[in-house]
Amino acid sequence: MFGGQDSKQHTVQPYVTGTSVIGLKCADGVVLGADTLVSYGSLAKNRKTSRLMTVSNHCSLGFSGEYSDFQEIKSTLEELMISEYCMADNIPMQPRAIHQYLARVMYEARNKQDPLYNQLVIGGVLPATGEGYLGLVDLLGTNYESEMIATGYGTYIALPLLRKAYRPDITVAEGRKVIEDCLRVLYYRDARSIDTVQISTVTKEGAETTEPFKLETSWDFKKFKAGSRLIDESTW
Amino acid sequence: MDVMEAGGMDWMQNEHMLGTSIMAVVYDGGVVLGADSRTTTGSYIANRVSDKISPITEKIFCCRSGSAADTQAISDYVRYYISMHSLEIGEEPKVATVGKMFRLICYRNKANLLAGIICAGYDKHDGGQVYNITLGGSILKQPFAISGSGSSYIYGFCDSNFKEGMGRDEAEQFVIRALALAMSRDGSSGGVIRTVTINESGVDRKYYSGKDIPGFYEGW
Amino acid sequence: MTSIGTGYDLSSSTFSPEGRVFQTEYAMKSVENSGTAVGARCSDGVVIAVEKVYHSRMMMKGSLRRVHFVEKHIGVGIAGLLPDGRQMVSKCREEATQYREVYGEPVPGRVLVDRLARFTHLYTLYWHVRSFGCSALVAAYDAEGPQLYMVEPSGMLMRYNACATGKAKQQAKTELEKLKLGELTCREAVTELAKTIVNVHDSTKDKLYELEMLWVCEESGRTAQFVPQELIDEARKAAEDEKDREDDDDDMDDA
Repeated sequence: MFGGQDSKQHTVQPYVTGTSVIGLKCADGVVLGADTLVSYGSLAKNRKTSRLMTVSNHCSLGFSGEYSDFQEIKSTLEELMISEYCMADNIPMQPRAIHQYLARVMYEARNKQDPLYNQLVIGGVLPATGEGYLGLVDLLGTNYESEMIATGYGTYIALPLLRKAYRPDITVAEGRKVIEDCLRVLYYRDARSIDTVQISTVTKEGAETTEPFKLETSWDFKKFKAGSRLIDESTW
Repeated sequence: MDVMEAGGMDWMQNEHMLGTSIMAVVYDGGVVLGADSRTTTGSYIANRVSDKISPITEKIFCCRSGSAADTQAISDYVRYYISMHSLEIGEEPKVATVGKMFRLICYRNKANLLAGIICAGYDKHDGGQVYNITLGGSILKQPFAISGSGSSYIYGFCDSNFKEGMGRDEAEQFVIRALALAMSRDGSSGGVIRTVTINESGVDRKYYSGKDIPGFYEGW
Repeated sequence: MTSIGTGYDLSSSTFSPEGRVFQTEYAMKSVENSGTAVGARCSDGVVIAVEKVYHSRMMMKGSLRRVHFVEKHIGVGIAGLLPDGRQMVSKCREEATQYREVYGEPVPGRVLVDRLARFTHLYTLYWHVRSFGCSALVAAYDAEGPQLYMVEPSGMLMRYNACATGKAKQQAKTELEKLKLGELTCREAVTELAKTIVNVHDSTKDKLYELEMLWVCEESGRTAQFVPQELIDEARKAAEDEKDREDDDDDMDDA
């Protein structure tokens, strides 16, 4: 617990965490999805915590990882948007700029050996063209843009599904369904997830995040119901 | 470092811990805070009647869990800063403000602190409120909060018995029953139950010991 | 001002034998050289209007802005030396940011202006700094309702129902006193304040000027916003037409 006289312990393990966030870039915008759980180890600490936020009219953000660090990032962003508001220059901050800003924040923190324990997914729309924008920053400051992004368990489970569903001309309405499907599969296979989710869509018309809603899930396959019997060749 | 390895400073490892059961509940018109009274060093009970519910302002209190030294220091700082703040704004501070100040201190010093705090109280703007400040320094606004080592045993009880908009007596009973259950299963919690009820008209402290603490199944 | 010329007006850290600080008073004079600024607290918010006199014919519209935002719900109008005013605006933004960081919520208008006034006052106390040559009109809307304040170079802070500063403050105050502020909405106040500025504007000396207005009201969702340009233009046009008519009438009377 105690380091040497002059050593300062910086990097602390995450305590309260959120699991995967997923995002899909569409022809007319972008869709982000995440469940609303923050965990404390395996304890479902709070099941109604939003892990998506609306940054501006043209940009949404989702996080996985440490919740306290995200709260700090969130207030940093809110402060950024207020100074942006005070500028009153009628030049909206582009999603790419917000992405890059966050990358700088994350990289600076990691250079102080005190990383912000998050992966952030930035979804936005370019106000001029209406084209979607999707990017990621992680705790090291690594940042990139992609047509589909997932964090945590989502990289294993959701990303292949997103790749399969993606078309350059996929619409936000279609994308929403894909994201919902991915969240459902994540709920089935990620032990740190729940079935209450939020979806954020960003189009030319603006950024909108749904209220938390329950996913439809199915458990009633015949073999599921039957359970194991002596005549089965093996247990499962 | 050498001194510590030689074993001369091993007392530093045995901090006084509030290995605790604490909680707070919003009811119709105010809040109820509750806590057990056990403070331990390892398995020795250093204090069997501790008061883990500390006042911050007239109508805002906090329940402390984790390291006794850390949480005392934090709440002292918050009490001081908030008293300055209330002079500046010329009125009683909001519960939200106090909660956020706890969060700021816990977050900025997370590497050196072991503190889980529930901040609850009443203000004229937003009524009764409960804020849960967790280990890493995140803050969660909740209708009720449970924390400390004993809390893990009573999530089920609380989820099934909590109702929004309870009356005062009902809320107090809910707190006492929950804490009694936590204290009976958690070795690091025990002693007496202290509650503080805060609403528009004032603050009321209660003390439950011995037979006043409700009993439950004890067959095994 | 008997002490003028006797050396008591050279330092802001020396009182005159009559107990005055001339440097501070001179700072207030520099506000009076500037275009007029007026503000009014209405039933549903606050409006601030500033007469921005053009320094040059070639100055572009919109430059040297005199109304600023310092928080979502707080706007500031500046009369006097603009660079000094911007320093005040920066300080306000700094304080608003710091308050948010520490207390996790937007700064109440009352607290912000109090801090701004202390800051301004500090600049009247030391020989090695110059006082601010500007006054700030601050409009805020928070839990306490709509508020209008003015901070002067001396560091004096007052809360107002309506106030005026700058070149024609006396005349403007007289006009403002006629308004029934309790009943007036911000939309109506835009017209009234435009009228005030147009009436007190000295067109013989300062030909070109711009009318800048901000409001924090129900209509703007309790956020600080520029009054829509069409609204300002309309109000200014109406006021100018009315003024022309009155001038014509006066001429006729003279004839």
